[in-house]
Amino acid sequence: MLGKLRRLNQDASKIALEESERLPSEERRRFLRSGLFTAGGAMVGGALAGIAPKALASTQYPPEIPPWTRSLGAGVVTDPYGVPSPFEKDVIRRNVPWLTADEVSSISFTPLQHLKGIITPNGLFFERHHAGRPEIDPQQHRLMIHGLVDRPIILSMEDLQRFPSVSQINFIECPANGGMEWRGAQLNSLQFLHGMVSCAEWTGVRLSTLLQEVGIKPEGKWLLAEGADGAAMTRSIPMEKALDDVIVAYAQNGEALRREQGYPVRLVVPGWEGNTHVKWLRRLEVGDKPWMQREETSKYTDLMPDGTAHGFTWVMEAKSVITSPCPEMPLKNKGIYQIEGLAWSGRGKVKAVDVSVDGGQNWQQAQLREPVMSKSLTRFALEWKWDGNPALLQSRVIDETGYVQPTLAQLKSVRGTNSIYHKNAIQTWKVNGDGSVVNVQLS
Amino acid sequence: MFSFHKTPRLLASTCCGVILASMPILGAAEPTGYYGYGETPTDEQIAAWDIDVRPDGKGLPEGSGSVDEGMTLFETHCSSCHGAFGEGMGRYPKLAGGEGTLTEDRPEKTVGSYWPYASTLWDYIHRAMPFFAPQSLTDDQVYALTAYVLNLNYIVDADFVANKETLPEVVMPNHDGFTWEDPRPVVNNERCMKDCKEEVTISDSAAGKNLTPSTTGPLDEGITE
Ligand code: HEC
Repeated sequence: MLGKLRRLNQDASKIALEESERLPSEERRRFLRSGLFTAGGAMVGGALAGIAPKALASTQYPPEIPPWTRSLGAGVVTDPYGVPSPFEKDVIRRNVPWLTADEVSSISFTPLQHLKGIITPNGLFFERHHAGRPEIDPQQHRLMIHGLVDRPIILSMEDLQRFPSVSQINFIECPANGGMEWRGAQLNSLQFLHGMVSCAEWTGVRLSTLLQEVGIKPEGKWLLAEGADGAAMTRSIPMEKALDDVIVAYAQNGEALRREQGYPVRLVVPGWEGNTHVKWLRRLEVGDKPWMQREETSKYTDLMPDGTAHGFTWVMEAKSVITSPCPEMPLKNKGIYQIEGLAWSGRGKVKAVDVSVDGGQNWQQAQLREPVMSKSLTRFALEWKWDGNPALLQSRVIDETGYVQPTLAQLKSVRGTNSIYHKNAIQTWKVNGDGSVVNVQLS
Repeated sequence: MFSFHKTPRLLASTCCGVILASMPILGAAEPTGYYGYGETPTDEQIAAWDIDVRPDGKGLPEGSGSVDEGMTLFETHCSSCHGAFGEGMGRYPKLAGGEGTLTEDRPEKTVGSYWPYASTLWDYIHRAMPFFAPQSLTDDQVYALTAYVLNLNYIVDADFVANKETLPEVVMPNHDGFTWEDPRPVVNNERCMKDCKEEVTISDSAAGKNLTPSTTGPLDEGITE
């Protein structure tokens, strides 16, 4: 029996069916009557076809005793590396096919609408590659540190992990997050509008430890970080930041970095543009001037309405968004809801979040959920009684520097509509009378 | 020896938001080479990986390439994506044109209209292009392609030969178009709580625009512009 179960245990409903065959005929009829299966064993209601259970009225309501209670489940190491329930199969990263020329230089978005707390599961962390995701053997990979240093070194991944380690929880956000919306509301989805932000616990060696080990010459004022991917991604980072809170990370949420996140080693530059967190890190060079690489001139510079551009705009300014309700998570009937969302700031901690249900005419301070950490996602919540009328929901973060998240109109009055990056404006969700939620912009 | 500069930092407890004492994260500054892990690279090893090039020409290797040579190479290795004249095929980037468009409603940011430094072009072609075969070109080829892309943008004449002396001399049209200091925060929103505005007008809505891929079921493939 167990062996048989084990063969079948990938598919819980098949097991349930097997179980039902063992039942005395009277019970069997009751079991089948419970509606999950037809007499022929075909599925009714689509649970197998993957329709989310919440879309169905439960057929396993008392007094029924569900099949999973009357059978054995899958044994240990059925999945030696655990995976989410098949019922969670819609909770995946997604891309916007029309956005980029090619999938190897493209973006995928985190399904923020489904996430709880502040940590992004490793398999759902947003992706941004410029030349695809390389497959790197950590035994072959080396990190070279050189330039204006006393003692250049080449480190294996084993060498790197012998240094004292630190762990810290930090968000990473692509500065182009929401960048399609400067000219108007286009996408009707939290995932596609704001899903280029994710948050993890990063473990690695503090960059200052490594720089101390090689000894920076007095004229060493800048650092170039370079990736080992086909883009050989590079960014210049000023020494002040390099010595502050940057880490050379090899682990993410307790396990080795995912390949999409730079396996076997990446830079984490807390609070700064995602692009500076160079993945698949192979080289750190100390110099006396910035290198003016393509990713800090042609890209990741902000074009202003007067035709000039701002470069080295590294910090991700404070931003927040309501994650429930949102276009993917509409309201159902009138009543009490917890408006929930995420807030973050590249300049430090979130001090407060305010929520408006009338398009910014009046605001109420939301509750911040612990933990509230510097340069990390912070969850907020506000209880709200929906009376069934249309509403305009907004959230507004205030960070520890006192900076208040701006409206889109305020941002546009300074930046115009062509700067692509750093659109940290207040998001407005319109709740319709039927509970559906739409992305709108206010004038 | 470099004396280590330590930023004193504040540690806040996560439980009650109480600021603890100012505590350095690191222990006493260890001397250079304290751990002694890893290997010391040879000069040849460093040179092989040290591929970056700076605006002042630091990093440019020996070698040279002409606009003419670049034209032939571009046809073979680049034009399928970027177009014969750098006009860009499909959604692949445009490399030429767009002068004077930076203040327009639809600016075209190209090497000619936007890039502040010619060195970046050498550096980027060498490290990342052609897209499907990065770091496959010789230094001479990269010089030639750099010369050709600059010529496509009328930045150098047809008889230009790029090398480590001539390239740093090239002044890009938009060289002065950048400020390299972050002016932010530039928007000062006030934390108003009550009666903050007279009226609320919706200026745009994503409803019915049909641009959003599906957020349930399998990944969308079919949506096009
Ligand atoms: C298969 C298509 C393809 C080919 C062939 C190709 N490129 Fe590219 N090129 C791209 C893509 C895609 C990008 C953008 C990469 C990214 O997203 O980071 C790009 C970017 C560039 C850029 C930077 C554009 C900007 O404004 O930032 C330059 C310069 C460039 N390519 C030059 C070349 C040269 C020179 C060649 C020939 C040696 C070449 N490319 C061949 C696809 C291609």
